[in-house]
Amino acid sequence: MTQKNTAEQTVKFYQTGTFTVGNRLLDEEFRTVQATEERSNSIDSGHRACQGCGQALGARYALDTAMRVTNNKIIAANATGCLEVFTTPYPETAWSIPWVHSLFGNVASVASGIAATLKAKGDSETRVIAQGGDGGTTDIGFACLSGLFDRNDDVLYICYDNGGYMNTGVQRSSATPGGARTATTMPVGEHPGSSFNTGKFLPAIAMAHEIPYVATASVHDLHDLERKVEKAMSFRGARYIQINVPCPLGWGSLPAHTIKLARMGVESGLVPLFEAEYGELTQSTKIRYQIPVEDYLKAQRRFAHVLKPANVAQLETIRALAEKNIKRYALL
Amino acid sequence: MTVQHKPFAITLDVGSSHLNKTGSWRSMRPVYVDRLPPCNKACPSGENIQGWLSLAEEKDYQGAWRLLTRDNPFPAVMGRVCYHPCENTCNRGQLDVPVGINSVERFIGEQGLTHNWQFHAGEDTGKKVMVIGAGPAGLAAAYHLRRLGHQVTIFDAAEKPGGMMRYGIPKYRLPREKLNAEIYRIEQMGVTLVLNHAIDNIERSQQEGNFDAVVVAIGAQKSTHIDFSGQSSIPILDALSVLRAIEMEKRNPLIGRVVVYGGGNSAMDVARTAIRMGAQDVTVISRQEEAHMSAHPFEIKEALEEGAQLLCLRAITEINGQVITLERLKTSEEHHSGHSHGVATGELETISADVVVLAIGQVLNDDCLSATPKIVVKNHTIEVNNMMQTGQDGIFAIGDAVPSQRSVTTALGHGKKVARAIHAWLNGKTYQPAPQNEVVTLDKMEPWYYSDAPRTVQPHLESMRRKNGFAEVLGDLDQDHATYEARRCMSCGNCFECDNCYGICPDNAITKLGSGKGFEFKYDYCKGCGMCEAECPCGAIAMVTEDI
Amino acid sequence: MLQQISGSIAVANAVALCRPEVIPCYPITPQTHIVEHLSSLVKSGQLQDCTYENVESEFASMSFCIGASAAGARTYTATASQGLLYMMEAVYNASGLGLPIVMTLGNRAIGAPINIWNDHSDAMSVRDAGWIQLFVESNQQALDVHIQAFKLAEALSLPVMVNMDGFILTHAITRVDMPDQEQVDRFLPPFIPRQKLDTESPLSIGAMVGPDAFTEVRYLAHHKQKEALTIIEQQAEEFANIFGRDSGGLVKSYFAQESDIVFVAMGSVVGTMQDLINDLRSEGYSVGILSLRSFRPFPANAICNALKNAQQVIVFEKSFAVGMGGILASEIHMATQRYADIQGVQISSVIGGLGGRTITKQSLRKLVDKAKQGDLDAEVFMDLEANTVVRELKRQQDEQSSGPVAENILRDMGVVSASKTH
Repeated sequence: MTQKNTAEQTVKFYQTGTFTVGNRLLDEEFRTVQATEERSNSIDSGHRACQGCGQALGARYALDTAMRVTNNKIIAANATGCLEVFTTPYPETAWSIPWVHSLFGNVASVASGIAATLKAKGDSETRVIAQGGDGGTTDIGFACLSGLFDRNDDVLYICYDNGGYMNTGVQRSSATPGGARTATTMPVGEHPGSSFNTGKFLPAIAMAHEIPYVATASVHDLHDLERKVEKAMSFRGARYIQINVPCPLGWGSLPAHTIKLARMGVESGLVPLFEAEYGELTQSTKIRYQIPVEDYLKAQRRFAHVLKPANVAQLETIRALAEKNIKRYALL
Repeated sequence: MTVQHKPFAITLDVGSSHLNKTGSWRSMRPVYVDRLPPCNKACPSGENIQGWLSLAEEKDYQGAWRLLTRDNPFPAVMGRVCYHPCENTCNRGQLDVPVGINSVERFIGEQGLTHNWQFHAGEDTGKKVMVIGAGPAGLAAAYHLRRLGHQVTIFDAAEKPGGMMRYGIPKYRLPREKLNAEIYRIEQMGVTLVLNHAIDNIERSQQEGNFDAVVVAIGAQKSTHIDFSGQSSIPILDALSVLRAIEMEKRNPLIGRVVVYGGGNSAMDVARTAIRMGAQDVTVISRQEEAHMSAHPFEIKEALEEGAQLLCLRAITEINGQVITLERLKTSEEHHSGHSHGVATGELETISADVVVLAIGQVLNDDCLSATPKIVVKNHTIEVNNMMQTGQDGIFAIGDAVPSQRSVTTALGHGKKVARAIHAWLNGKTYQPAPQNEVVTLDKMEPWYYSDAPRTVQPHLESMRRKNGFAEVLGDLDQDHATYEARRCMSCGNCFECDNCYGICPDNAITKLGSGKGFEFKYDYCKGCGMCEAECPCGAIAMVTEDI
Repeated sequence: MLQQISGSIAVANAVALCRPEVIPCYPITPQTHIVEHLSSLVKSGQLQDCTYENVESEFASMSFCIGASAAGARTYTATASQGLLYMMEAVYNASGLGLPIVMTLGNRAIGAPINIWNDHSDAMSVRDAGWIQLFVESNQQALDVHIQAFKLAEALSLPVMVNMDGFILTHAITRVDMPDQEQVDRFLPPFIPRQKLDTESPLSIGAMVGPDAFTEVRYLAHHKQKEALTIIEQQAEEFANIFGRDSGGLVKSYFAQESDIVFVAMGSVVGTMQDLINDLRSEGYSVGILSLRSFRPFPANAICNALKNAQQVIVFEKSFAVGMGGILASEIHMATQRYADIQGVQISSVIGGLGGRTITKQSLRKLVDKAKQGDLDAEVFMDLEANTVVRELKRQQDEQSSGPVAENILRDMGVVSASKTH
C-alpha cells in the first residue's frame, strides 16, 4: 500500500494477510490458487504420504497452479519415488489428472515423449509436467533431464528436493546438504555426515543449459511458488523448478514443522530462491527476516552432530555456504 | 475372459484414493478455537476490539460502530481520551508497534457523529433506575440500562453533564462538541437528565422518585490538599478547581509563573492548559523520576514539547512569599516495585512562582452518603461487592467512587457491568459474567504471514500551533489510514479466513465453507500432522488428543 | 513397387508408410541407416505429422517412446546390442505398461569383447521382457513384418520387436517390393489406443502393484502373448490378402513336415539353409527347415506340429546361455516334452555365427551328414577353433595371471604382435 501523508513515519511494520494463502481482505487476484474452492486438487485425499509431507504439498501446489494456468490441460509424468509410491498403490490413485509413472531415472524422457506426441498431433494447449525427487533428478535421472534441456522440449520439470533418497530409507543423494546425516553418511568417524564440497546444485546446471526458465521455490511461500509456476507456464520449451520440500522422516523433524523448516531454510540463506531466464539470473526472492543457520539446523536431527562443539568447523562451513548464497543470489 | 479396457491394476481410475481413510492414522486432532485477544482482555470497557476492527477492515463502519457501542457509548470521546491499555497488550507490540486501536476508534466515533447514527432503547421493562452523577460511569450505566429497557433518570449537581470528561479533561484533548453530541445521543434514547440537582439523601430521593434501583456514580470530587510551612503570598490552588474554572470560562488563575506540583495526568493537564492560557512560565515538580511518574509518557512528552519545564525528584518543603523551597530527592534503592518515592537528601533549592497548583490526587466526597448508613465508606471509597452492589440492597456504586483504577474507560466498564448486575437483580437473579476464553499469546501465532508496511501515525498539529489555543492536538485519521490501521490487526485468536489451513493441509482434509462461514476439518482424511495449527497466523486452531 | 535398396532403407520406408507419429532415436551400428533415413523423411516433409527426436541414449529413447505411446502416438524406434541393454529397464517397462511401441533390433553381438557384427545375443537378452519378438529372414520380410508389427502391437496393446540381422540384412542391398500408401492404409487403420493420457478423461498409468495383484498382472501378460499366437496368424493371412505375399506368421516350414532331419532356425540364416537343402534334397537327403518367425510368443504347438515327423532336429542358433547352452534348443526341448507325438525326437543344439562369424553351407552340410550318421553331438559349437581354446585353457591352468582371454587368442592367431612372452 502506498503512503502519501508526509506526517508519517516509515518503520518496519506488518499488515494483515499478504503472505497467507488467501485472506478475505485481499482482492481475488492476489489470492492463491490454493485459496480457491475450485482448485483442482491434483493430488487428492487418501494418499499415503507421511504426516506433514512437504512433497505432497509442493506437488499439489505446483500442479494445481499449472492446471489453472492451462485451463486444466496438464499431463504429468512421475519418476519413481515417494510421490509415486504414496499416490498410486493399487487399487487407489490419488491423482485427479492424467498421470504416468514409468521408471526412476527416465521421467524427463517420458515427459519429452508425451510432448512429442502433443506436437505431432498439433495440440498446443495441453502441457506436460515431469516431476521427481532430488535423487531421481540430480542422480539417476540426470542424463535424461540434461537431454530434455538440450532439446528444449516443451516440458516443465519440477524437482521436489528433500535432500536424499527418503523412499528407500534416507540415503545420500547428490542433493544431500553437506554435514547431513543419512543412512549412508552416518555421523561417525572424523567427518560425520555427508561430505562437504560434493553434490550438485541442479538449478545452476539447468541455467548452464540456457533453457528459457529456471526457478527455485519453497513450500512455505505459496505466493512465490505459484507465481513461479505460472511464469514457467508462460514459456515454451524446457523449464526447471526446484521446490524445497522438507521431509519429517529424513530430516528428523516434527511433521507440524514442515512449512516452518522450509521457511527457516530460506531465511537462513541455505535455500536461495531465485529465477533465471535463458541462463541469466533475473530475480531473487529476498530474505524477509534473516535467521542464524543454527536455528534452522537445530530443528532437524540430521544436523544434531553439527551443533556439537567438536564439529564447530562444520557449522562454520554451513554458515559460509549461507553467506555465499546470500551474496551470489543477492538475498538481502 | 472379458476384454480389459484398461490394463489391470497398473492403470487406475481417478478419485479412487478416497476409499483410503487416512484419518485412522491420527493420534491428535485439530480443532478450530476462539481465543481471547489480549486487547479485549485488557479493555476496561470489555470492547470486542478485534470484532469492530475487523468490520472496519472491510469498511463496514456502521457495523463497526454498532459493535463498538454495544460496550462503549462514547467512541468519539474515548477515541480521544482513552489511555488505551488495549494497545499496551496488543500482540503486535512484540513485533513492531501496537495497532493504533484508539485512533481507529476515534475515526469510527466520528463516522457515527457525521452520519448521526442513533442508539435504540430496549423494550420497556417498567422498571425505573436512578443514577447519581452524569460523569462517564453514570452516563454509561444509564445507556446500558436503557438498552435493557429500563427507565433511567440521571441527577447531577453540575450545570452540564459529563463530569470529569467535561470538568477534568481540557478542551485540547476533548473538543466539547464531541462530548455534547455523544451525551445528547444517550439522552435521545429516553434517558432523563436532571442537572443542577445535588442529591443529599439517596434513600429519600429513591422513594420520592419511585426508583427500583440506584446507581451511585459520584466520582472523586474532593482534591487532596497539603499545608506547606512558611508564609506564602501566592495562591495555592488544586488542579480540579483550576480546570473547572477554565472550563466554565471564569477568571483565569494561571497567570505568570505557574508551578504545578504532582506527577500524574492531572498535573500535565494543568501545565498544558496553563501554557494555552498564556502563563509566562510553567514548571511541573514531581517527586518521582520521569520514568516513574504516573502521567502517561506521551502527556509528559507533549507538555515538554509545548514548553513546560519538568523538575523531577523534588519535594516542596516550604513556601515563603513567592519563593518555593524544594528539597532534592534521590531514587530509593527499593524502587524495583515501580512505586518508588524519592528519599530526602537534605539538598535544598528555590524557585519563584506566582501561583502553585496542587495536582496530587482526589478523593470521594461522601456528603450525600451520610443519610444511608448501610453504604460503607472505607479508605475514601464506597465498598461494593463484585456485582458493584453497596451494603444497601438495590443501591449500586461505580466509577471513581469505588475502589478501582480511575480512568474514563474503567468508568464506562463499570457502567456496563452495573447495568447487567441491576438487570439481573431486578429480575431476582445474580449477574453471571460469561466465562472468558484462553488469552492468545504471540507464541501460539505465526506472525511471519503478516506483511511489512509503514505505519500510519496520526497526523500531529505542529507543536507551536498547539500552544496558542485549545485546538485539538491529535488530528483524525482519514478513511484510507483508518482502514489501513485496522488492517494491521492480526486477529489474534480468532479466524480471519486467511485460508492458510485450507491451503497448507497436505491431505486436503479441510473444507472451505465459503466467505464468513469458516472451515471444517475432514476427519476421514486428516492425519493429525499439526501443520494447520503451527501455521495458523492467529492461533485459532488447537491440537487435542484423540481418544483412541 | 520394386526397388533395389538396402534392408535399412526398406525398413525405414515401410515404417514411414505406417504413419508413425513419434520417433526418438539414438545411433548404434548396425541400426543407424534406418534412423538416418527416417530423420530425412521427417525433416524433408515426406513424413508428416511426425516428431523425430535425437535423444541422448537408448534408455532415453525407449523412455521417450513410453511417454509418446502413453500419450497416444504411434511410436517407433530402433536399436541394437549394447543399446538394447542400456535401455533394458525401459524395455521391460514398456511391455509392463502395455504400450504398443514398435522397435527394430538390428541384431548384433554383445560385448565384452566389443563386437559390432551379427548374432542374436541381444534379442535373447530380452526374451523374458514381455515383448512380442519377431524374426525376419529377408529384407522383403523385414519390410512386410514391420507393417504387420504396428497392427499387431496395437491390437494387443503390447510392444513388438522386429529382429533383423545386423549387416547381413540391414546393409544388404536387395530387390524389394515396396507397397504403396493406399495398401498400407487399408491394412493398418489409425491408432486407437487402449489407454492414453488424456486431459478429458484422466487416468493414472503405472501404479505400484503389490503381492495382492502382481501374480495376476503377470499371468495376464502371459495370457496376452498366448492370444497373440492366433492374432499373428490372422494378420499374416490378412496381409497376404492385401499385399499378395506370404510374410510373417508364427513359423514357416520348408519341407519340415516331410523330412527326417529338420533344421530349426531364426533370421537370415534360414536363407543360407534354404540354398543348402535345395542342394541336399536334390541329392536325396530328407532334410527340411522350420523357420521361427515368432520367438515370443513361442509357438510351441506350431513347432511341434511341424516337427512331428522328424527323426532328428538340429536347432541352430546364433546365441546361447553361457553355462547352460542353446536357448532356443532348450525351449524346443521343453515344447516337445509336452507334445506326445514327438517326445522321442533327437534334438541337437548347434551354436554358430557368433559375433558375425560366417555361416557356410559347407559347415552346415557337415552337421547334416553327422546327423544322418547319428553322430551329431547334443551340443555343438560350429566351427570352433579347438586349438585356440585348448591353448588358452592350458595357459589359464598354468598361470594365475594369464591375462585377458580375447587378447591372448588374437595374439595366438597372429592378429596382434606378441609383446608378451606367454
